[in-house]
Amino acid sequence: MLRIEGLTAEIDGKQILKGIDLEVPTGEVHAIMGPNGSGKSTLSYVLSGREGYEVTGGSATFDGHDILAMEPEERAAAGLFLAFQYPVELPGVGNATFLRTALNAQRKARGESELDAMQFLKLARERMKALSMSDDMLKRGVNVGFSGGEKKRNEILQMALLKPSIAILDETDSGLDIDALKIVADGVNAMRGPDFSALVITHYQRLLDYIVPDRVHVLMQGRIVKSGGPELAKELEAQGYAAVQAAA
Amino acid sequence: MTAPVATGAAGFLARYEGLKVHLPGARKPWLNTLRADAAVHFAARGFPTRRIEQWKYTDLAPVAQSSFAEPLTMVEGAIALPVANAAHRAVFVDGRFRSDLSTLDGLAHRVGSLAQDLNAAEPFLGALAKPGSEPLVALNTMLFEDGLFIDLPEGLDGGLLELVSIAVDPGRPFAFHPRHLIRLAAGARLTLIETATGRGQCLHNPVFEIEVAEGATFTHGRMLQEEATVFHLSTIYAAIAAGGTYDNFTVAAGPRLTRNEIHAALTGPKAACHMNGAQMAADGQHVDTTTSLDHAAPDCASRQTYKTVLAGRSRGVFQGKIFVHQAAQKTDGYQMNQALLLSENAEIDSKPQLEIYADDVKCSHGATVGALDADSLFYLRSRGIPESQAKAMLVEAFLHEAVETVTDETLRTALTRALDNWWARQGAAA
Repeated sequence: MLRIEGLTAEIDGKQILKGIDLEVPTGEVHAIMGPNGSGKSTLSYVLSGREGYEVTGGSATFDGHDILAMEPEERAAAGLFLAFQYPVELPGVGNATFLRTALNAQRKARGESELDAMQFLKLARERMKALSMSDDMLKRGVNVGFSGGEKKRNEILQMALLKPSIAILDETDSGLDIDALKIVADGVNAMRGPDFSALVITHYQRLLDYIVPDRVHVLMQGRIVKSGGPELAKELEAQGYAAVQAAA
Repeated sequence: MTAPVATGAAGFLARYEGLKVHLPGARKPWLNTLRADAAVHFAARGFPTRRIEQWKYTDLAPVAQSSFAEPLTMVEGAIALPVANAAHRAVFVDGRFRSDLSTLDGLAHRVGSLAQDLNAAEPFLGALAKPGSEPLVALNTMLFEDGLFIDLPEGLDGGLLELVSIAVDPGRPFAFHPRHLIRLAAGARLTLIETATGRGQCLHNPVFEIEVAEGATFTHGRMLQEEATVFHLSTIYAAIAAGGTYDNFTVAAGPRLTRNEIHAALTGPKAACHMNGAQMAADGQHVDTTTSLDHAAPDCASRQTYKTVLAGRSRGVFQGKIFVHQAAQKTDGYQMNQALLLSENAEIDSKPQLEIYADDVKCSHGATVGALDADSLFYLRSRGIPESQAKAMLVEAFLHEAVETVTDETLRTALTRALDNWWARQGAAA
């Protein structure tokens, strides 16, 4: 279970998160919706440990571990995964090398045996097939020359290989056409189960037609101002954020 | 020969006076004249100082202030050789050809010791690297004892050849100045993989004269991997005739000070020159790549991409000059140098220079300097890859990108290994 209590954080002295309270029980998928500048991406970066964000108060724990005290790689090994809004291109780093290094680093950190090149390739091909990705993407540099859709599918492939206990998807739907959106959603839905939870961060309700959340939270000006069931997303789509803010 | 050795230029001039009757070709008037001419130039100019524009960022004072002797005795017996990259190789120890360590049997063309073939070299020696051109060329001309001499006849494919230079530490400071003469006649082809290793307080001051005739292709891979006590100052002069290609890729990683100076002239239409490389320096080291490209004929192309990685308190230099003569219309020139600084104490000086006198040319250059990209590092770490490993992946990626342009697979493998070895040593030292 992910438990966030009274979390405040700032960038360059400017407060962005102003006291977030949120619980995502194991096995559930929650959505966070909010307008631009509400702190959605900041929340995902703070939870995954990006430098430059200063936590000024509150706590975030995952299965009882204080994740804010951990290095980014330790958070990953503990089961936390961030799907980036803008996946980084890494020229010169082969996608296959990257994926295998990441998988083996996590396995090693957990005291599991590492996969050799053949074992890895077999696993990767299996997962890629499920995501309608061509083998060709393994040979290329990480995200280099990938279209927007390919980059997001590559994020989902990483999630499928690394098998996190909790995934934070930061506006994974942005820039996707409907076919790519379905593939991404299928990838997330395939992970759903009693041991997996997800925090789906999105600006639009559209993604939530395909990944139906257990709960929806509205983030505005650094705070969760409203929570509800999946119907809340539809309500937002119909009435806009301003109406919700006025009511809150 | 046990008299105290003077330092700097005076020391080398004294060595020359004492040794000149013993140097190879001492009874050949043409060579004596060439050496004497070089001595006059070197006496007049001495070692370059930082007051000279091309040496502003590289200080040769540590070389000028040392006392180097020539390696007087021939090193005998077995010597550990680096891993072979090719079936044929020429091995030089302290600048002297060692036929017993070389494997050149079965080659139809001239490949071997310059000292043993001086008569054939006479028309060419000093033709491209003139004694009065650069002080280090003068020093080399004055004192060279040997070097590699390759003369490929018209249309011949010389395949793959290795040049291995090993410096053996005699326990006191020593210097050697090999002179390499490489000629490819029209339509000939050759790939040369050069490895320089060595230890001790040593100055390795090689000069190359490279002539690529019409339609010939010379691929020259260099790995300068001496230990961190060695000064490596190499100067290359290359002339590329119409339709010819000179490809140079240099990995400089190891010596205390490396100067990789290349002068290439495109003398006939549709000639091409590619000068690429990766240079790395760790704490206390200095690497300098200085290129000068002369576009003297129309329709020629040149490509340069250099990568520099600096760790600890180290310094890197890139100076690249492209000179386009008035006659060189439709010139296509490109130059890029990128530096990665792994420490706050590292310094890079980058100086691109374009001089263009033709009006219909395409010439571009660029330079980037930066630390490891924070976003890239976070991306890797967020996938569970520990910080040190993530950094290593990004440095390797930066370096590997440089060798992607190398098409010869054997050469690319050898260069990649040289890069990885350097980075592995940094990891071990950190």
